[in-house]
Amino acid sequence: MKKLLAIGTAAACLGAVLATSAPAVAEDTFYIPSLSYRTGPFAGGGIPNANGFADYFNMLNERDGGIGGVKVVVEECETGYNSKKGVECYEATKGKGALVYNPLSTGITLQLVPKAPVDKIPVFSSGYGLSATAVGEKFPWGFNYPSTYWSQLTSILKYIDSKGGLKGKKIGYLYLDVGYGKEPIPLLDVLSKKLGFSVTKYPVGVKEMQAQSSHWLKVRKDRPDWIINWGWGAMNSTAVKEAAKIRFPLDRFIGNWWSGTHADLRTVGATGKGYMAANFSGIGASYPALQDVLKYVVNKGKSQVKSKDLVGDVIYNRGVFQAVIIAEAIRSAQKTTGKKVINAEDLRGGFETFDLSEARLKEIGLEGFTQPIKASCKDHEGGGGIYMQQWDGKDWKRVSDMISPMTDIVRPMLEKAAAKYIADKPGWKTQTCK
Amino acid sequence: MDILHSIFAAPFIDMYSAPDFLLQVLWEGFVSGTLYALLALGFVLIFKASGVFNFAQGIMVVFAALTLVGLHSLGMPAYVALALTIGVMGLLALGVERFIMRKLVNQPDIILFMATIGLTYFLIGLGEFVFGGEPQKMIASELGLPSGSIDFTVGRGVVILEYADIAAAVVAALLVFSLGFFFSKTRIGRALRAVADDHQAALSVGISLNQIWAIVWFASGIVALATGIMWGAKSDVSFALQIIALKALPVLVLGGFTSIPGAIVGGLIIGFGEKIFEIYWGGLMGGGVESWFAYVIALIFLLFRPQGLFGEKIIDRI
Repeated sequence: MKKLLAIGTAAACLGAVLATSAPAVAEDTFYIPSLSYRTGPFAGGGIPNANGFADYFNMLNERDGGIGGVKVVVEECETGYNSKKGVECYEATKGKGALVYNPLSTGITLQLVPKAPVDKIPVFSSGYGLSATAVGEKFPWGFNYPSTYWSQLTSILKYIDSKGGLKGKKIGYLYLDVGYGKEPIPLLDVLSKKLGFSVTKYPVGVKEMQAQSSHWLKVRKDRPDWIINWGWGAMNSTAVKEAAKIRFPLDRFIGNWWSGTHADLRTVGATGKGYMAANFSGIGASYPALQDVLKYVVNKGKSQVKSKDLVGDVIYNRGVFQAVIIAEAIRSAQKTTGKKVINAEDLRGGFETFDLSEARLKEIGLEGFTQPIKASCKDHEGGGGIYMQQWDGKDWKRVSDMISPMTDIVRPMLEKAAAKYIADKPGWKTQTCK
Repeated sequence: MDILHSIFAAPFIDMYSAPDFLLQVLWEGFVSGTLYALLALGFVLIFKASGVFNFAQGIMVVFAALTLVGLHSLGMPAYVALALTIGVMGLLALGVERFIMRKLVNQPDIILFMATIGLTYFLIGLGEFVFGGEPQKMIASELGLPSGSIDFTVGRGVVILEYADIAAAVVAALLVFSLGFFFSKTRIGRALRAVADDHQAALSVGISLNQIWAIVWFASGIVALATGIMWGAKSDVSFALQIIALKALPVLVLGGFTSIPGAIVGGLIIGFGEKIFEIYWGGLMGGGVESWFAYVIALIFLLFRPQGLFGEKIIDRI
């Protein structure tokens, strides 16, 4: 009897778990899997991104009844920022009618890029992933609006150049020693020769994320003029504390757009005052769209954010921005195809036709949130620029205008990298753009 | 010829020409070494008592630190939160003894090891459920840990000693030596050694296995809390701290899994060694050697002295 009771209880629990974790996917909904990470060493960035992503779609559902009358179902699958788990999530969800994947990990994206044309589901790695997917002719199923790592790097270098020149300078490159951190290295090596600066690399292993004293001793020895930080998770707060410890001028320490989050710097506090980082989306919740997120989702207890004060954080807004681009691509696909309920293949077309103009940004309540993006078949990154933000000890403040990338240098290199990627993949389907 | 110069001459010239920097490297090596020793001590205590490699030591660091920060965020004064966290680690020790160790007496070591893997995932789940996954700020100043630094002029440069690092080294050293004393000079310490040698023999002379295990897991929990505070102050308190425990593995191989002095000496050798090698010779191999250097040292020791520097050489009669 006891055994029967135990089996019954276990079955009931399993049923309850399945019922709560797998939302019903109706035919007249858009099913968007969210490969999130709310657990593990990188949860500090994964949580706000996943919240922003889900909350924006929920706001559209609550306020507008979805997109073009079709509700969006966001189902999270926990990856722990682990590529293997990410692929498992992909395989487990693609058969449910997944419209698009936003893997939130360069490692996972690299695994999904070859799967996308086979399964005919777009992979949208917004500001991360494989930079070469920006070349639309070679990667019809990959998108990285509003910018790639390579473009971002050149914008950061332009900023450095504007503060006393690049030529002859020593640039330190501190990076998380995984696919994400290594991504811009080929470009950095080429640019250092082209633009006349030297680069010293400081790889930080995952094991050393919170034990960086050796790296910063080397920085002290090498005395670079600037340091660019390609960190994620706990690596960032440790790096800023170590930089402050050796008295490295923090206004010459620049993080990329994943290395300048509230989660990282709140734990550093006043010690991190002056630290710089790139960003491409707005800070704060004053935008009308975010006010709607608060009104329709957060204040009604339909969000996973712990506090409404976290709405508007840098990475929360990044998640919102990813959802905005997908929503705009869906609208564009609905318009182009004339269908209310589009599929993944239709959405691929939408990703090449949406127009997030200034007028459109204002219309959706995000005026000044980011710079306009005009999607195209050829350019899957939108050629977006970045702005610089600075930590004032308590909050991030925008301190520059938009800095456009060195497109003339980056684009040919992206095309070369894209050609190289597909060179050893017979049968890889490309497309011709007008 | 250049390569020989880079290996045998240039590093020593660097050391001689910049003594301030050499002192800074040695200081950082010392601070890292004491923290590694503290990490390793948590493993050694449990290994001595039960012959099991405690896979859960890393998550115990996270759990202890999150409990401390979490209790403080509820409005408790820092020292009350600290005392309550010690209590929570005590309860955890009792729970581990009652529900895991007691049920696995005389089981093969691999079963106990698997049990600690289970404990790890239980604590990960519990920690994330109770505290969430967001990074938290360690309440270092509230606990009285100093901030700022002392600067010494040496030659043409300065040596920066952060008060927080000094405090970390002092606390780690005190904890290591006091636990070392407790487990080597007291009755409980002798009982621990008896338990480590043979569970059944220890039981037959009236030693309470349950009591010893609870004490050892509690001591290990205290070590985890101290590690979480010190390392959390250097970075933040998040589940990433769990990975820090991996730094203890080469220390254990070097010092021996059963030796408290071994944990201290092993920690210091790895701490000094990895810093000096990374800074003065790392460039020859493209940098980033710190991540594997300690394991190479450990491997060399394994080849020539498998029991580690201070480990007990066990000879089994066949």
